[in-house]
Amino acid sequence: MTQRMQVTLSVNGETLSGSAEPRTLLVDFLRDELRLTGTHVGCEHGVCGACTVILGGFAARSCLMFAVQADGAEIQTIEGLASSVGEMHPLQKLFAEHRALQCGFCTPGMLMTAIDLVQTSNSLTEADIRTGMSAGLCRCTGYEGIVNAVVEYARQVHGEKAFNG
Amino acid sequence: MANDIRKQTGGYIGQSVPRREDRNLLLGKGEFVADIQLPGMVHTAFARSPLPHAEIGAVSLGAARAVEGVRFTASGADVCAELPPISGMQVVTPQGWRDRVDTDILIPDQPLVPEDRVRYVGEAYALVVADTRYIAEDALELIEAEFDPRPTLAHAESALEDSAALVHDQLGRNVAAFLHTKKGDGAAAMDSCPHRLSRRFVHHRYAAMPMETRGVVAEYNRRTDTLTVWSSTQVVHWVRREISTALGMPEDRIRCVAPDVGGGFGGKGHVYPEDILVAWLAKKLDRPVKWVEDRHEHILNSAHSRDNIYDVEIGFDDDGKILAVTSSFLVDSGAYTPVGAGIAGNSIAHMLGPYDIPHYETDCKVVLTNRTPNAPYRGAGRPEVGFAMERAVDLVANHRGLDPAEVRFRNMIPADAMPYEVGLTYRDGVPMVYDSGDYPEALRRALTAVGGLDNVRQRQKEALAEGKYLGLGLGCYVEGTGVGPFEGATVKIESTGKIMVAAGACPQGQGHETVFAQFAADMWQVPIEDVFVTVADTGEVTQGYGTIASRSTVTASGAIKIASDAVQEKAFAIAANMLEAGETDLEIRDAGVGVAGVPEMHVTWRDIARAAKPGWDNQRPDGVEAGLETTSYYEPPTVTWAYAANAALVWIDPDTGQLKIEKYVEVHDAGVLVNPGLADGQVKGGLVQGLGGGLLEELAYDDQGQLLTGSFADYLLPTASDVPPIEVVHMETPSPLNAFGVKGLGEGGAIAPPVVIANAVCDALRPFKAELNSTPVRWEDVAALTEEASPSVT
Repeated sequence: MTQRMQVTLSVNGETLSGSAEPRTLLVDFLRDELRLTGTHVGCEHGVCGACTVILGGFAARSCLMFAVQADGAEIQTIEGLASSVGEMHPLQKLFAEHRALQCGFCTPGMLMTAIDLVQTSNSLTEADIRTGMSAGLCRCTGYEGIVNAVVEYARQVHGEKAFNG
Repeated sequence: MANDIRKQTGGYIGQSVPRREDRNLLLGKGEFVADIQLPGMVHTAFARSPLPHAEIGAVSLGAARAVEGVRFTASGADVCAELPPISGMQVVTPQGWRDRVDTDILIPDQPLVPEDRVRYVGEAYALVVADTRYIAEDALELIEAEFDPRPTLAHAESALEDSAALVHDQLGRNVAAFLHTKKGDGAAAMDSCPHRLSRRFVHHRYAAMPMETRGVVAEYNRRTDTLTVWSSTQVVHWVRREISTALGMPEDRIRCVAPDVGGGFGGKGHVYPEDILVAWLAKKLDRPVKWVEDRHEHILNSAHSRDNIYDVEIGFDDDGKILAVTSSFLVDSGAYTPVGAGIAGNSIAHMLGPYDIPHYETDCKVVLTNRTPNAPYRGAGRPEVGFAMERAVDLVANHRGLDPAEVRFRNMIPADAMPYEVGLTYRDGVPMVYDSGDYPEALRRALTAVGGLDNVRQRQKEALAEGKYLGLGLGCYVEGTGVGPFEGATVKIESTGKIMVAAGACPQGQGHETVFAQFAADMWQVPIEDVFVTVADTGEVTQGYGTIASRSTVTASGAIKIASDAVQEKAFAIAANMLEAGETDLEIRDAGVGVAGVPEMHVTWRDIARAAKPGWDNQRPDGVEAGLETTSYYEPPTVTWAYAANAALVWIDPDTGQLKIEKYVEVHDAGVLVNPGLADGQVKGGLVQGLGGGLLEELAYDDQGQLLTGSFADYLLPTASDVPPIEVVHMETPSPLNAFGVKGLGEGGAIAPPVVIANAVCDALRPFKAELNSTPVRWEDVAALTEEASPSVT
């Protein structure tokens, strides 16, 4: 068997270490080694977005990189979105209010994608949000609730002026 | 009736109650099969056939077995030596249906891993168990197998040729099922029709494609001789039954649970070989075993759907009144038929849709080919037949120079004809009667929602004058929902006074825990927080059926009601004893039972539960057994009929064929909506699947039987930016068939979009006399329609 290597990540503000083969995908490391199973595997070829995490401040497909490549990186996963006492993040609340989830499988990836989208742009239209959220596939909702939730979140973060939708 | 219930309860039915499922899923704390990790768990992976049809020669597993970390390997021969095939249909049809529909059905056995022959690309021929999935996949690479290719039956028509090889030699033919039925004079009526049109309609192959692939984890407990199986399935009780049959274990020693399931849409609606194999491995190896399908495997190996060819003739008079319809159609079933002739059975029952058509005759062949098995997917035979019928209705309109909307109005069953005897038999064996609804009103509302028919025609004319092409696409359907044979529920009041409900339904995102809690909270007059719901666990309900066929709201609510009524009857007897009152003076109020008109005479469910206990100092009257718990089964009299009218405005670029949907409307009626917000989400989600299927998604095979679309790079699911503006209008005509007036609605949205888009394209390109009678609606095909003839403004 291939030699295992030590990988240390800052995940949701906590330093976590584990061992991984050089070929171990980041998503498998997060899920199997660190037991953070909120990040999902939907396609393993970088299309569906279920595995999206925030890596070094930007959304990234954790199925498209190896855990060893992420050594030393700062990562935020779905488990780090709510407060430490379980108070949901505003975007999580908006997802519930707007019925932006049904089966919930794509939801962690959608939330991380939306966080990145809204954080990295201070001016968004609804069309921008539709395009940005097209980084993830949802098979249940038809996207209406997801788009509405993210539009509302963009309003909350940037104010009405910065939101042109 | 439904309004009465709302008045009585003033309660939760009819409210968009927030989902109790959401919090865990939003926090990343859901538990899907892939998330389950058990001590000592090992992982299995399958070697899958690269060929569509081949004899299996020597399979060498030695090198794979020698890989460090590999625990077990098995060829098809090894599996077949220990396990029987899945035999026959997983869904049986009742005598009443077979009496009325001519059937000739030969269902092939499906080996769990075949030893002699592979029949589609992706069928497993060997398996490996290893410490990790990575190692298991390494070992798969070292398996050497010899295949002797056989002639490939690449599609249904080739499989029907006289010289065609057989997919299953023992059947002696490539037709798994012939079906035939008729109404009125059937095809004989065609001769007396003033006008007749014949066309071929083709509905292509696509699939449910849930975001979570399938997966199974199984654990065997040697001491108790019990198996626990977690499967990403819609039918836990079927999975238990097939495992019981294959392993020779009593069903009661097997617990099957569907944890959080990441979408199903029918694709997880029957038992697959892996459900049984993983359970077998767990018992054989005496350690927990996990298998999670990867996406490529899912696309190759989990059921596909649609893939029908219809030859239709439609007879009508000068006024566009449809007098007779005949159809002869093929279902490309692929290599096996997991649910037998179920899809075709749906199609023959749904062809006439919302129309009053006196004569009808249809026959069907369910054809075995070397494609991936075909099983029901959201709509299950209705999108296919709806495509043929609703295109044909538009062709009738063209022929008579009438508006397609007008032809629909002229043929629709009016509201005052309800309940309407169709003259066919449903697959539950009961003569079809549309129970309630106003079909013309649905169409009127749909037209209004796109701006009104006159307005649309005016806009279309103006656009044409500018060289632009705007089309109005219409599509109507009816849908039998809430089908039997039954659903089970257990209801109990436990000692804290909380209402515990377990139902045989297996949700995949529908929100059943919330919806069932709404029903129970109203039945028991308690805050919804006091209702605890368990679903998808055979350990909680002895017999259940599962969540397929738009059935759970109807069937589970029925079972919860019967069980609740039985428990309440007993609770009343005990309460009467406690309050020293007559039972007839009692009423349910304030989370308990009280004497009507006497506010202080009241006991809570908690008081009654304690009084009902076995043992000393109970307060049961003589002859009343201890405990407040009942399991009941609801056997619906027949299906409830949901229906919808769809209208879409679509712009076509005649040069590129590009389609832009300005607006898509569905007016949908599923009776009383228990949770309107969730109902709306079901319909909208279904519509987007229908649009994906109509426009983007395609499981394309080459003529060698190789699947060409094996990843999400080729199989295109709709994204947020592909979705047009959608409006769903709900009508709520109660069903007279159940206590709550509900009908099913899980599938409906997915039925109409392919034909609505095709009709819109043809409507827009009317100047070219365009006809588009197949799916998917590809830009290049649309562009080709405009090349064949120069436009002539009529």
